[in-house]
Amino acid sequence: MRRAVPILVSMVLLLAACGPNAATPNPTTAGGGSQPASGPPASLEPLKAEGKLFAYGFAYKTGDIIAQTRADVFKDAYPDVDVTWSESGFEDQKFLTALASSDKPDVVNMPRNKIGTYVAQGVLDPISDCVGKTGFDTNVFYEAARNDVTVDGQMYAFPEFYNTRNWIINNKAFEDAGIDPDSLDFSDWDAIAAANEKLVKKNGDKITRIGIDPKIPEFLPLWVKANGGAVMSDDGLTSQLDSQETIDAVKYTTDLVKAQGDPTKWLDFRNTWDFFGGKNQVASNQIGAWPMEQWYLNVLAQNSPDVDITVKPFLTKDGQPITLEDGNSWAIVSGTDNPDAACALVTTMVATDTWVAAAKARQEDAEKNNKPQTGVYSGNQEADQIIFDKYVDLSDMPVFEAAVKAVLDNQANAFGWPPSPGAAGFQTAMTDGVNRVLSGGATPEDSMSRANQEAQDAIDSNAP
Amino acid sequence: MTAGIQGREVRVIGGVPWTRNTRQDLKWVLLFLSPWIIGFIVLTAGPMLWTLYLSFTNYNPIRPVTNFVGIENYARMLKDPHVLNSLYNTIFYTVLHVPLSMGIALLLALMLNRIGGRSAGFFRTAFYIPNVTPAVAVGTLFLLLLNGNSGVINGVLGFFGIDGPSWLNDPTWVKPGIIIMSLWTVGNTVVIYFAALKNVPLEMYEAARIDGASAWDQFRNITVPMISGALFFTFVINTIASLQLFTEVYTMFFGAQQGQSSGAGDAAEFYVIYLFHEAFEVFRMGYASALAWLLFAVILVITVVQIRVSRRFVYYEGE
Repeated sequence: MRRAVPILVSMVLLLAACGPNAATPNPTTAGGGSQPASGPPASLEPLKAEGKLFAYGFAYKTGDIIAQTRADVFKDAYPDVDVTWSESGFEDQKFLTALASSDKPDVVNMPRNKIGTYVAQGVLDPISDCVGKTGFDTNVFYEAARNDVTVDGQMYAFPEFYNTRNWIINNKAFEDAGIDPDSLDFSDWDAIAAANEKLVKKNGDKITRIGIDPKIPEFLPLWVKANGGAVMSDDGLTSQLDSQETIDAVKYTTDLVKAQGDPTKWLDFRNTWDFFGGKNQVASNQIGAWPMEQWYLNVLAQNSPDVDITVKPFLTKDGQPITLEDGNSWAIVSGTDNPDAACALVTTMVATDTWVAAAKARQEDAEKNNKPQTGVYSGNQEADQIIFDKYVDLSDMPVFEAAVKAVLDNQANAFGWPPSPGAAGFQTAMTDGVNRVLSGGATPEDSMSRANQEAQDAIDSNAP
Repeated sequence: MTAGIQGREVRVIGGVPWTRNTRQDLKWVLLFLSPWIIGFIVLTAGPMLWTLYLSFTNYNPIRPVTNFVGIENYARMLKDPHVLNSLYNTIFYTVLHVPLSMGIALLLALMLNRIGGRSAGFFRTAFYIPNVTPAVAVGTLFLLLLNGNSGVINGVLGFFGIDGPSWLNDPTWVKPGIIIMSLWTVGNTVVIYFAALKNVPLEMYEAARIDGASAWDQFRNITVPMISGALFFTFVINTIASLQLFTEVYTMFFGAQQGQSSGAGDAAEFYVIYLFHEAFEVFRMGYASALAWLLFAVILVITVVQIRVSRRFVYYEGE
């Protein structure tokens, strides 16, 4: 209660002027409809779980078929557990309020890059007890996803979803520019810059096609990694935004944009795209190539199935395939009154059988609606293997079949965000740092030096 | 002080004789005001005082321990470039937005005042409708309208042969773009001015016309003085609201765009947005509380100055 008072009181004053931040839906799970449950996961030791459970950060009623099917699997497996879903995505403000209330969450579904912040403050329990009780094999998760939720050698959450980034190449634009997608060496930054200048198309000073979109600041860690560095130390405690590898990557990627013309006009043009529609930037030939999360293949397949694309892995300068991954996770909140039910829920939601049931439901739904689907990337390797073997059939869409294969081939080469106490502040500092360079407000050196100081400050102020 | 009423000596407080009836009336007044008084103490004054205390601590809602840090948070503000930048942006916006919104609202109210018949109701509703639009929707709408490439505003400018700027990505034009967006919701001010204009006695205009006053003279010497109370009220209220601008700008530049490329740079960083970031994204609630108190002090000083200055310009009936 002593902690509740300051939280609630200060929120009243501060939120009075601010208002809430709207949750962003996860495009990975875009879709809809509910499906009957598929029964309890056979791969887990059943727990004797009953009573009430409050799960924060998960929407059942408004969730998609993947969310609803998995929750139904849990309900079938543990009918004596009465789960209250928060029916919202994860938001720090609401989660903090919920923690301070008399009815605090038992489990939480949160982005993996936030785990480090809450672990540093003792909000989450390690999952070792839960793993012991259920016999859950955490090796089924991709190594990078496990690293996202591991602090000081202890796992604090079960990973869920696995969003990775690869190059999506618009073959039509490459053909227009006389470039063979297969022969362009994406490990050669000079070659990318040269292709960029050939691919960009203008009408006067108005851009009508972007050449290469480096997707910065979001994917800066990918460029820095390709350049032999990292934006943050592996333990998440030291910002490396002012390292030479980072500064060079910022300079190179912002120069890629500036080489196409006025960055303000470039950004304005990009904001006109029908990103989720049938006239998207690939279908409308408004982009040459860009690194992108794999869920976008589903958008393309469903809205513009005739586009001609090639997916290639992001490469380091010495030619090694890499990808940046992220996703969500399920964690148990410290001090839960119902640890067995909490454990049963978090393990069931990410168990292989549960994912397979959800993927099957999605495939049936897609078939019913005569829509293609490019699969669910669960973060669980065992589940992914079954899903893509049995429930993803793109044989009549060879372009997308090859694209999905390229994504799957690069899954194991992923790295993620190290779990950091100051993840949110770090990302803001990084974003601001890159955007200052993009807008011409500062040199890469000055801007990233300031960003590094702000990022380190954010990490230090949340460190335990 | 005492006064003699019906042969009895009665205390006088604030010019009001303190009789049994007065005391009875006061009880009823307090009873009816109590919901507001309780709400103010519990939901406004209490939290404000609590944040004053928090502003001297390193309070972080997910940290188990809170320490008293003296004036460290206030000292930190002096060195924090975001504070100066966001204050500059906010004051720049306020200085332009408040007079512009008042001027446009007055113009619209004067036009409304001249319209009679059925169309009057239509226009009153039309001017007010933008005010009932959710702020998030306004922000999203203006992302489309202000787009430098395909937005309506640059489309109109292009019709006149003007190559419109990048309102959303050029740091020089970001704040003017935000000001254009904010003028969308002048309906509240229009309604206040319209009501004030309706209360100006028509005899004054008749007398002025007989004396040969021009339309401008009438406006300057009758309309403006007679509605100066409403002008002053909106001046104060709009200034406070401008200094607290948050939702629309957050939606346009920070919400779904979080982490994405933007040419806005530091131009869209407004004070309350920075405060929100410190409080709810990096959890430095103690520092955010100090930021909130600085904003409170700024608003207080500006409002006091406005009230002082207004004494020379504002006419209240009955004075």
